[in-house]
Amino acid sequence: METIMSVTELATTSIMPRSRIIGAYLEEARSECLRYMRAPGFMLPIMLFPAMFYLLFGVLMAKSNGVDAARYLLASYGVFGVMSPGLFGFGVSLALERDGGLLTFKRALPMPPGAYLLGKMLMAMAAATVVILLLLVMALLLGHVTLSLTQAGALLLTGMLGVLPFCALGMFVGTLIKGQGAPGMLQLIYLPMSFMSGLWFPLPMLPKFLQQIAPVWPSYHLDQLALAAVGMRQGTLLPHVLTLFGFTVVFLLLAARRLRRYG
Amino acid sequence: MTHAHDPIARLDGAVKRYGPLTALDGADLRLQRGELLALLGPNGAGKTTAIGLLLGLIRADAGTVELFGQDPQQIEARRRIGVMLQNAELPATLRVGELLRLTASYYPAPRSLADTAELAGIGDLLKRPYAKLSGGQQRRVQFALALCGRPELLFLDEPTVGMDIEARQKLWVAIRQLLGEGCAVLLTTHYLEEAEALADRVCVMAHGRMIHEGTVDELRARVAMKRIRCLSILPADTVRGWPEVSEVRRDGERLHIGTAEAEVVVRRLLDTDRHLRELEVHRAGLAEAFTELTRDADEASDTNQREAA
Repeated sequence: METIMSVTELATTSIMPRSRIIGAYLEEARSECLRYMRAPGFMLPIMLFPAMFYLLFGVLMAKSNGVDAARYLLASYGVFGVMSPGLFGFGVSLALERDGGLLTFKRALPMPPGAYLLGKMLMAMAAATVVILLLLVMALLLGHVTLSLTQAGALLLTGMLGVLPFCALGMFVGTLIKGQGAPGMLQLIYLPMSFMSGLWFPLPMLPKFLQQIAPVWPSYHLDQLALAAVGMRQGTLLPHVLTLFGFTVVFLLLAARRLRRYG
Repeated sequence: MTHAHDPIARLDGAVKRYGPLTALDGADLRLQRGELLALLGPNGAGKTTAIGLLLGLIRADAGTVELFGQDPQQIEARRRIGVMLQNAELPATLRVGELLRLTASYYPAPRSLADTAELAGIGDLLKRPYAKLSGGQQRRVQFALALCGRPELLFLDEPTVGMDIEARQKLWVAIRQLLGEGCAVLLTTHYLEEAEALADRVCVMAHGRMIHEGTVDELRARVAMKRIRCLSILPADTVRGWPEVSEVRRDGERLHIGTAEAEVVVRRLLDTDRHLRELEVHRAGLAEAFTELTRDADEASDTNQREAA
């Protein structure tokens, strides 16, 4: 006991003022944004892929279906678009950095434990915002969708926060698979989940069984929120918000546990 | 209240298994304030695992692991260390100055950017993107990241791999300077001359255990062998016949002799060959001592396995 006391007592240097801890979080977020803005090759495809999808299927192919259809598609392709930076921006970069030893290095350093994840989360939120903005521009200019300012704002907010459950899921997959295997695995989650949540075709057009299990997918719940944002859905939203929140927390905890134990 | 001898890093009977493989098999290690301990051993001896435990990257299956008297997974303990790992791909697009600023932000009272840069000799690199640096420059930047937080204990895992001789010696100077400031260093290296140049103590690992611990001189003294070199016309077979001689090799005109009793062999050499020239006697270097130690450990381990089988 005495031994432990005396060694820790010398630890005047290990007390970190709160302001410096916050500073570390800010530095981490700043570095994360800087590094990806300087290497657009990573984030750009992640943002442009869903936007291109929307342009092809939501705008060009869906011209004849009326205004409501266009609004419906804006919401569901918006969700599809938001999933991408969450799953790939977060998951793939984590998998690569585990592989390259950067994460090991950061775990050995006294980095505040949440800083690394928060930095990536902010990056994903920024990317999700860009995706929704791209979609909004296309919808308003090319798709002849009419939206009130409040509706556009609500969709933007839904996208910014809605990326978080997919960050958690991407992070969890990133802790399971190292390096180059992660993108493939994430595609296997991304595309089928989008289809089965009714993001490409409205749910009533899908087989009964898929309709029944749709509430299993987080993207289904986010879609309900996005539809409400553009005024395509009435009713209570709280269950969907809570489901997404719970989903985020569970996967975040699972992933954090794996990171802490195995790196 | 003075516990000057409390170790700042400690392994006590640490065991770590990866499936059927036992990477650490009851390893003991103590690092005192301000000293440089070199951890030596062949690949697979358990050095990386030992360091991984002390950095809190992995958890021991059994035994005690402490850093400043705390669990290394406690961030408070790690705020007092600096780390240079063997292979960490740092963000390629960030500039050196940005990397330093980020890493320094993790510590309570870091060095100034200018101090760090000067100490690590990277003042001219601060504005360069990390990916544009040569391998040796990248190692220097990693060294700068390790020392920027004003650590009390520095982990240097193979710090000079990929450096040319000049860069290596500059790094040694910087390490000595840090030691002079009272910083302790745990160094792993494949270059024995590096351990010889820097270490207060060396710890040799094999098969997941510490098989020798002591000063560099003590390690050398474990090996009684001395090396004699000379230019001589004596046939190697003649010399091989002498009872004190354990090995002989001829390399052109030059004769290489290994013996535990150099004085006796030298006298006999001079008596037998009056034209003998360029006589040199060396004590075995750290390399030989090291080879012999690990060979003994290999043999012991083989015997154990045979007995077990």
